Amino acid sequence: MNTIPVEAGLLLAGILFVLGMISVLVRRNIIFMLISVEIMLNAAGLAFIVAGSRWVQPDGQVMFIFILTMAAAEVSVGLALILQIYHQLKTLDSDAANKMKG
Amino acid sequence: MKELLWLIPTLPFTGALLLILLGRKLPRFAVSLIGAGSVGLAALITILIGIDFNSSSENSFQQVLWTWIDVAGFKPQIALHLDALSFVFIFVITFVGFLIHVYSTEFMQDDEGYARFFTYLNLFVSSMLILVLADNLVLMYFGWEGVGLCSYLLIGFWYLEEKNGYAARKAFIITRIGDTAMAIGLFMLFKAFGTLHIQSILTQAPQIWTVGSEGAVIIAFLLLGGAMGKSAQLPLQTWLPDAMAGPSPVSALIHAATMVTAGVYLIARMHVVFELAPLAQMWVGIIGSLTLLLAGFSALTQFDLKRILAYSTISQIGYMFLALGVGAWSAAIFHFMIHAFFKALLFLAAGAVIHLLHHEHNIFKMGGLKNKLPAIYWTFFIGSASLAAIPFVTGGFYSKDAILWLSLAGEKGNVGFFLAALIGAFLTSVYTFRMVFVTFFGTEKTHVSHPAGNRMTIPLIILAALSTFAGFIELPHSIAHVELFSDFLLPVLPAITLQEGAESKEWIVQLIAVVISLSGVYMAYYFYIKKPELSDQLKASSIDFHNFWFSGWGFDKAYDTLFVKPFVFMATINKQDIIDKFYDELVQLADFLHRVFAWTQSGILRWYMVGIVIGAILIVTLSLLVGS
Amino acid sequence: MQVTFYIAATIAILATIMVITRYNMVHALLYLVVSFLAIAIVFFALGAPFIAALEIIVYAGAIVVLIVFAIMMLNLRAESVEEEKRWLTKEVFIGPAILSLILLGEMIYIIATSESAGAAQRMVDAKAVGMSLYGPYVIGVELSGILLMAGIVGAYHLGRQKKKVVHRFLEKIEE
Repeated sequence: MNTIPVEAGLLLAGILFVLGMISVLVRRNIIFMLISVEIMLNAAGLAFIVAGSRWVQPDGQVMFIFILTMAAAEVSVGLALILQIYHQLKTLDSDAANKMKG
Repeated sequence: MKELLWLIPTLPFTGALLLILLGRKLPRFAVSLIGAGSVGLAALITILIGIDFNSSSENSFQQVLWTWIDVAGFKPQIALHLDALSFVFIFVITFVGFLIHVYSTEFMQDDEGYARFFTYLNLFVSSMLILVLADNLVLMYFGWEGVGLCSYLLIGFWYLEEKNGYAARKAFIITRIGDTAMAIGLFMLFKAFGTLHIQSILTQAPQIWTVGSEGAVIIAFLLLGGAMGKSAQLPLQTWLPDAMAGPSPVSALIHAATMVTAGVYLIARMHVVFELAPLAQMWVGIIGSLTLLLAGFSALTQFDLKRILAYSTISQIGYMFLALGVGAWSAAIFHFMIHAFFKALLFLAAGAVIHLLHHEHNIFKMGGLKNKLPAIYWTFFIGSASLAAIPFVTGGFYSKDAILWLSLAGEKGNVGFFLAALIGAFLTSVYTFRMVFVTFFGTEKTHVSHPAGNRMTIPLIILAALSTFAGFIELPHSIAHVELFSDFLLPVLPAITLQEGAESKEWIVQLIAVVISLSGVYMAYYFYIKKPELSDQLKASSIDFHNFWFSGWGFDKAYDTLFVKPFVFMATINKQDIIDKFYDELVQLADFLHRVFAWTQSGILRWYMVGIVIGAILIVTLSLLVGS
Repeated sequence: MQVTFYIAATIAILATIMVITRYNMVHALLYLVVSFLAIAIVFFALGAPFIAALEIIVYAGAIVVLIVFAIMMLNLRAESVEEEKRWLTKEVFIGPAILSLILLGEMIYIIATSESAGAAQRMVDAKAVGMSLYGPYVIGVELSGILLMAGIVGAYHLGRQKKKVVHRFLEKIEE
């Protein structure tokens, strides 16, 4: 069985995370931002899996399951919020939701 | 009967409370009934207690009402202490106070603040009673500040005029200087004794201190400071002449009869401390004699009837201080009592004159009132005779004679004190009869509006009788051996010891005093009745002296340049709030930061994300730098 | 296996780039599914088949479907694509790209400088994960349960449309 270097796995996780981050920064559409956050979360989980496989321990996978749970809860609440915002503002522009500015 | 002691201060206090709550709604008759009636009842109880007290063998009586505070060994109680000294004071306060209340019901009847006036008066009487009845110094200080407050309220009673408010503030602030000294003295007493209970201090003091020990001297000086402020002695005397801005009954009650003698009471009460501090006691005498001279000269030049009386009050309290200074305790208290009678009488009569002459204060615009107002003239004359110590028939003669004699012959007396007292006596009779002659003799210059009513004249007559006959309870040895008053006070205040072989000379001193006071009267007669033009010439030839004395020896001016001007100067500098500048900058900075952070709170989600990312970069960079 | 990993990783990266550059939301979601599937293969290659299955079921399945349903409920029209085109210009990429490159650079630096260790490719099977999950991590499982419960309640509460209480005549006038 050929070994996969840890660096490659972590690099993949980092690249995916940074791509998600760029997307969060550039998008104005709230749904896209939510999707980008999912990408970032997934990347973080990937890093855990890589580490878990490096040490041959189940802990990394346990952590991934927790992240997964959190992502699921986050998406459900986030989508509910998006629906409310769209209902109130008739737009998905996150910049329009700035009524709480200082 | 003695158990009713607590009622004496409580009754006037209840009266004040009732008048505060209901005063506006009650008719004037009910107000005067509450106001004068509560003090009258207190006076009645005082007399009953006095009879009981005199017949019993006990020298003092304590009544503990409740514990005020109890903190770490400091346990002042609301407790009353009755002995001969405090009895003399409560008698004078309630009795003279009652007469003045009765007088006020007529004097103030057209005033809008009728209920307010009686509220203040009752509050004053109750505070003063607490002051003299207190068995610990904390409660006494409570009463002390209470009378200070009432004095302020009553001087500024006609507050619509600005100068009255100014006079009230002046009195309050100047007495506050003395009160601060006294408060420090009380702290030191507590530190030395661990208690402020007067009787325990008096019994413990000789065991803790030897004569002239440092602690006793410092504390005695601090207490003297308090007494100076309240009793308008040099150099804190300037408030009293201005205090005449209040209504005349107030001047009679507070600024002549009772409150200003609180300092005398304090020193007499703490006499053990002063005996252990001969230096401080000597200074009591020096301050007293300087004050009596100074005020006497100033009184010579005044033309406002009430200001003359104000300066004479300062001067007479100077006599009391002189007596305290030479250790003639009971003579001082005796003079206090007689002075309370005749000075209250004089102020009330003067108030009546001013009232009936359409608020005319200038004595040179009065004149010829002898036939128009006979009752007031005669009572005023009797009071003046007592003040000028006309021999043998007035109370003032006996009380002042005792001070004159003891200032020379007393153990701590000397010729300096005696001469000062003698010159003072001469001045007293001159300015007193100048006032009498100018006001009541000569031609009528202002028309009298209406004759005085009964409620004004009857108190005058009672006071006139008292100021004459009260003197006979204590006669000099050379005339007759009557010592009722000093025997009464003996359990509290020790008798004075005379210098060796002085007894035989007493009649000489008396003779000098008689001659002095009569010559003063004659001088006033010569200058103001016989040859009035002479007094004007004298005034013109010594106009500088005249003005100097008229302004009260320039004390107000000196204080103005020494204290008020620098203070105002500093205040003007600080008007721009130099110190606040720093805090202003702080505020500006906070405001600036607030703006910056408020700007970052844009409500735009992506900016927040940028913030998070920059934060993450910073943390990672930091950990890289630190880790490597 | 190594080759599988690299191919899957490349696909994942490309698919993710496509996700973040699409104007049409549904297209982006389809690329997202591809990305998730690629990552699932990566998991498999890393010896975590159980997690690979979970990735497909939960991420590519449940979450994406949830988002698709949300888009359907919002009933977006063609204008939203136009709007997205207006918003997503090249200029807005500059700042985030700089920041991201800094971060990525730092990450690469950290990975490159740390001790190299080849991952021992032994499978960690579902049984071991389950033993661990219900052993030392049982408190985490319970907390996850509470979190999901809160998510359900929160989604229900937030997603509920409030009934407009307007008088029927006034409503007609408003229309």
